[in-house]
Amino acid sequence: MVEVVITSVGQEMSEYSRRNGGLYQRRTPIFWWTKKWSNVKFITRELTSVFVAGYALVLLFQIRALFQGPETYANFLEWLKTPISITLHAVGFLFVLFHSITWFNLAPKAMVIRLGKKTVPGSLIAASNYAAWLVVSGLITWILAFS
Amino acid sequence: MAESITLEIFRYLSESETKPAFQTYEVPFRRDWVILDALNYIKDNLDGTLSFRWSCRMGVCGSCGMMVDGTPVLTCATFMEKFLPGPIRVEPLVNFPAVRDLVIEMDDFMGKLSRVKPWIIRDEEKPLSQGEYIQTPAQLHDYKQYSMCINCMLCYAACPIVGLEPGFVGPAAIALAQRYNLDNRDQGKKERMEVLSQDDGIYECTLVGECSVVCPKSVDPAGAIQRYKATTAMEWWKSLLLPWGKK
Ligand code: SF4
Ligand code: FES
Repeated sequence: MVEVVITSVGQEMSEYSRRNGGLYQRRTPIFWWTKKWSNVKFITRELTSVFVAGYALVLLFQIRALFQGPETYANFLEWLKTPISITLHAVGFLFVLFHSITWFNLAPKAMVIRLGKKTVPGSLIAASNYAAWLVVSGLITWILAFS
Repeated sequence: MAESITLEIFRYLSESETKPAFQTYEVPFRRDWVILDALNYIKDNLDGTLSFRWSCRMGVCGSCGMMVDGTPVLTCATFMEKFLPGPIRVEPLVNFPAVRDLVIEMDDFMGKLSRVKPWIIRDEEKPLSQGEYIQTPAQLHDYKQYSMCINCMLCYAACPIVGLEPGFVGPAAIALAQRYNLDNRDQGKKERMEVLSQDDGIYECTLVGECSVVCPKSVDPAGAIQRYKATTAMEWWKSLLLPWGKK
């Protein structure tokens, strides 16, 4: 059982509680999320945002290097090839993948689309998100491969 | 087949003891018994001092919610069989103060429900002579799911945010706000938004999603909150891009 406080006799308390020992309050422990797999998954999903931000930072530094001239940019590209950067990218990629998949699966929760009298099934909404993801990834690969 | 099963029940005898403790009871095991049947068996045959709430025994009144082995459930709709061989641990709903034994204090929840103005708001009521407000089956369908809530508070017990931030308006109240927002007869969206865009409103929700998992009526409060967030974001973009548009 979690940490425990008996609330002091307050104004909102019922007559019963005021006359007796008061209310019994339980607190949520800091590590509440460790008790259930679905909650561990939730916390992981939230933490993966850090890696998404990491990617954004790398991109910003890359743009900065680009503006600082060809030499800085070449250095930056060299750094990207170092083992440490590759390891970081690999780890980051896994987390970002987890992030994208969990959020795409949740998309139908926020989007309810009606077509005439029918509600578009959630699986279709998630699928269209995945499709968009594939198309964009395909486009980027194509641009990279043919430029 | 088990002959009997053990229940460990949270006892808080507020009039005599300051610390709660778990008390063990042995009850006959019956395949067709729900947890509530076992509690009533205890009350009638073993210990008349045990306090708990119940009324309908059929999952409509929403008063028999308790934590069973750590999960919030309607005890009238949860079979003991699921927990064989036991023991089964029964506690009052978490995130609410306990008044006595399995009975919780729900005033705070009631206050939150009324904060979201759960009634049809009209800019101007039309006179009776103009007849009733018409609603098609499709328009009813838009909000019907959110009107199925029985105020059992299981979603509040399941939500870690409610536990960490007691001020959070919470899942059922937001689903109730959506029930009226999506009703074609209602014009009170803006008033409700003023309440729910506050610090303790929809943005407290980080989409843990447990509220929808435990909801016995498939209200999907987590979905209601995310839809609410999505509409607000849309409105914000609209007001940014089309400032001359209708307010
Ligand atoms: S939304 Fe579901 S879990 Fe929450 S109070 Fe209503 S019926 Fe109970
Ligand atoms: S007793 Fe009414 S819902 Fe369980």
